[in-house]
Amino acid sequence: MTALGLLPTARTGKLKLACFKFSSCDGCQLQVLNLEDELLALAETLEIAYFLEARRRELPPPYDIGLVEGSISTPEEEERIKHIRRDCRMLVAIGACATSGGIQALRNWADVGEMTRAVYARPEYIATLDTSTPIAAHVFVECELRGCPINPQHLVELISALLVGRRPNIPTHSVCIECKRRGWPCVLVSQGKPCLGPVTQAGCGALCPGFDRACYGCFGPMEQPNMPSLDSWFTDELGHSPRDMRRMLRMFNGYLEPFKQASDHYERREPAG
Amino acid sequence: MSDASQRADGGRRTIEVKALARVEGEGRLYIRMRGGHVEQVQLNIFEPPRLYEAFLRGRDFREVPDITARICGICPVAYQMSCCHALERALGVYHQVDPEIRALRTLFYCGEWIESHVLHMFLLHLPDFLGFESALGMAAEYRPLVARSLRIKKAGNAIVALQGGRSVHPVGACVGGFHKAPDPRGAAELAGELKWCLDDMCDLLLQLARTLKFPELTRDYEFVALVDEQQYAMNLGRIKSNKGLNVDQEEFGDLVEEHQVAHSTALHATLKGRGAYLVGPLARLNLSAEKLHPRAAELVPKVCDAVGANLPWRNNYLSLLARGLEVVHALATACDILKDYRPPARPSIPLAPRAGVGGHGTEAPRGICWHQYRVEADGSIASARIITPTNQNQVTIEEDLRLLAPQVAALSDEQAVLRCEHLIRNYDPCISCSVHFLSIRRDGSRA
Repeated sequence: MTALGLLPTARTGKLKLACFKFSSCDGCQLQVLNLEDELLALAETLEIAYFLEARRRELPPPYDIGLVEGSISTPEEEERIKHIRRDCRMLVAIGACATSGGIQALRNWADVGEMTRAVYARPEYIATLDTSTPIAAHVFVECELRGCPINPQHLVELISALLVGRRPNIPTHSVCIECKRRGWPCVLVSQGKPCLGPVTQAGCGALCPGFDRACYGCFGPMEQPNMPSLDSWFTDELGHSPRDMRRMLRMFNGYLEPFKQASDHYERREPAG
Repeated sequence: MSDASQRADGGRRTIEVKALARVEGEGRLYIRMRGGHVEQVQLNIFEPPRLYEAFLRGRDFREVPDITARICGICPVAYQMSCCHALERALGVYHQVDPEIRALRTLFYCGEWIESHVLHMFLLHLPDFLGFESALGMAAEYRPLVARSLRIKKAGNAIVALQGGRSVHPVGACVGGFHKAPDPRGAAELAGELKWCLDDMCDLLLQLARTLKFPELTRDYEFVALVDEQQYAMNLGRIKSNKGLNVDQEEFGDLVEEHQVAHSTALHATLKGRGAYLVGPLARLNLSAEKLHPRAAELVPKVCDAVGANLPWRNNYLSLLARGLEVVHALATACDILKDYRPPARPSIPLAPRAGVGGHGTEAPRGICWHQYRVEADGSIASARIITPTNQNQVTIEEDLRLLAPQVAALSDEQAVLRCEHLIRNYDPCISCSVHFLSIRRDGSRA
């Protein structure tokens, strides 16, 4: 990705940042407010023009950078994202919901009518789509930051890169590389735990292996993961069933390829009933 | 400002805030008045339903802490702690959890109370008292105050990160305890910073109590909270109220009735035979003030003196100070736990799947977060139920607004809206979690 001509100039003044929420838990927006050391400097460098969770004041569009948290799961959201696209020069989808559909995308494999009836006494009051999908399934997105939640330093890196006109340095390799750098023993090899680190994009800092547990894939699939190799490890060596495999892959980024494709494959291999 | 509008027609006046700012999640306020008479008050929650209850069915019980954390990015620890205790009850191991693991859970919760309360007090609520649209706007005039609060918030996040790697959706907790106990070196490093924050928070709290002007809206609320014999309750305790409610954890779920209304994707909770109630810091403080850590307890008379009101406080604008006292309590408690910290003999207890049902609530920063799970013999989840703090407070918020509305009837549009928003923020409503997964029967009663 290049700088996209977003450099602030004497004429344009500060870049205008907006932050929008769709179907989500608020956690990725909170990561912005969790930049305790950078927050005040950030607010001085950029014009925080629209950010409902943090401020009441709203400056009118257009915005230079639009951060979008959450997935598209209602008819209203389907419409609103189109308006936001028109209002923003650059759109950045932040977090697993915005980049994959999130955990609520589990509905994509189910009967949403049945699910709504299970949760609400008056399902007719509820307007919801049959699917929960990422922002890029609806509008063009210039950049995506993965993670459930995002790593706030990725956001600082992205904004810093935009301000000086260079390419942001966001890793696309696997969690394994981070894990080795931190010197954690491999939980898959040494403890036989079903770690998704080999197929998951880095960015979290290899947190789970540091806590002696298997990575559960919250940054989603890395570029070109070797799913067949994972299969031979998990099913042949560790004895996991197709049902286990489906469940592990269908978590916070389950609707993102190739996790989706692999989970569908395992579902077809599950015994009937 | 928020998209607020008022219309006047035939003596009828409508106050509407289409998207509430400085709250977590998406909510709308709608008040309709004729003269001084309030015709309709709605806190309209339009956060999209994410149908957690439905997709939790069939998942393994061990996955529940990571999944339910995603209901709310602001209070994931509350979801993890509530579901862990509920599932331990379902699996029949609730009484086997080691005291050292319980202490680590208290520490974990202290971190979340600190970061969530400080975020709300200084970044979301204080601008109402000082007349700013945001803390970012406030920083121009009060930069040192904002910077000090950010340092304390960061320390709260650091406690959660010590035990879970990160403050949003931490990965350390599991049913039965923790995947791994914190490293003593990391714990020792954090202790020094927490001590500094404790002293500074005491100072900030007194400053707020002495300088802010607190609007008056006194009501005879039913305050409901966990009450523990030994300590200021976070994870354990019976559920009690100032009006005689006294039930054990499992019973609480039977008492709560939830209703679906057309204007909200969140359900409205009331107590059977009792009606609306209030959960959160004000309820906890009023029911358990004598169990506060001595560092917080010694501030209570000074704070009461400053605002001219002794406990119990029946004015929810004082919830800002109740949160402040709880931050002091949490910082002091965390300092004590970290001072003598040694890793426990085991970070978690052994678990085996079995069929069972368990219900348990813990004190999220905003109030009781109660979970119930039915587990199958193979460890998969058969059904789940969650009662969130904001569902429980929603009826009370609307009742408060109904009382406030005549007082703001004579004000300008902008001023009236600001006053209503200030009141709503007394509750620190967490709208993202209020829309989740309650199981109710088709006739509208509880399953």
